[in-house]
Amino acid sequence: MSHERRLRFKTLVMVLLMVVCANLGDLMLKRGMLQIGAVQISAPGIWLALLSTIHNPTIWLGILFLLGFTFCYMTAVSWADYSYVMPAGAFGYAVQTMLAVVILHEVVTARRWFGVALIVVGVLLVGQTHPSTTAPKTVAS
Amino acid sequence: MLVFFICCSTGGEIAMTYGMKEVGEPSSFRPGALLRFITRAIGNGWVLFAVPLLAASFYSLLVLLSWAPLSVVIPASAFNYVVGTFGAKYLLREQISPKRWVGVVMVCTGVTLVLIT
Repeated sequence: MSHERRLRFKTLVMVLLMVVCANLGDLMLKRGMLQIGAVQISAPGIWLALLSTIHNPTIWLGILFLLGFTFCYMTAVSWADYSYVMPAGAFGYAVQTMLAVVILHEVVTARRWFGVALIVVGVLLVGQTHPSTTAPKTVAS
Repeated sequence: MLVFFICCSTGGEIAMTYGMKEVGEPSSFRPGALLRFITRAIGNGWVLFAVPLLAASFYSLLVLLSWAPLSVVIPASAFNYVVGTFGAKYLLREQISPKRWVGVVMVCTGVTLVLIT
């Protein structure tokens, strides 16, 4: 595999992992907070919510996925351009909409579908450019 | 607050990228190499500088959401894609082709439309 194709492939894999980890992390946090219930805005209420989140395995799973997102993001920008990785990560919004339709059977407005189409075309355009226009200064051994 | 949010968010991500470029990519995806990569990243000054900036951007977004309507906050936060691209061009010296610019603007507009509905 040529250097260019290898660079594109590993950046694509990292961006896809970023999208999966971010979406699963958000989903787990949402599920965990639903298990805990509405947080009362008072000192004892916030303290109770903090203790509940610490003891909730779903929240920890969410945090683990978000740490995975951070790791993938940091790894991707170690070789690829920030201006390449950042918009490509927005593909997650399109995936969220698809999941909302397929799994949750939500009704999506025409305006939102237009937004998804813009994101997909925008990400495809960015994806056609060279992933790295600056050379990394060192390589971690 | 909006300017503060955009500065912290973009500044944090630019600093993180600059730091990770100094760290360099992992030599392989074996556990040992990944551990050395993570250790070097955690010890990099720019990465450490980025963490409080990103935390400040997260909390300022929460404050903004409590102050201003969603129809104002979301386009402003999506505008980060454009500001970030300018930062990448002038601070990280990345070459932004016209095709990439068009893509970024489309993503920015698309994210606004998706989040606002």
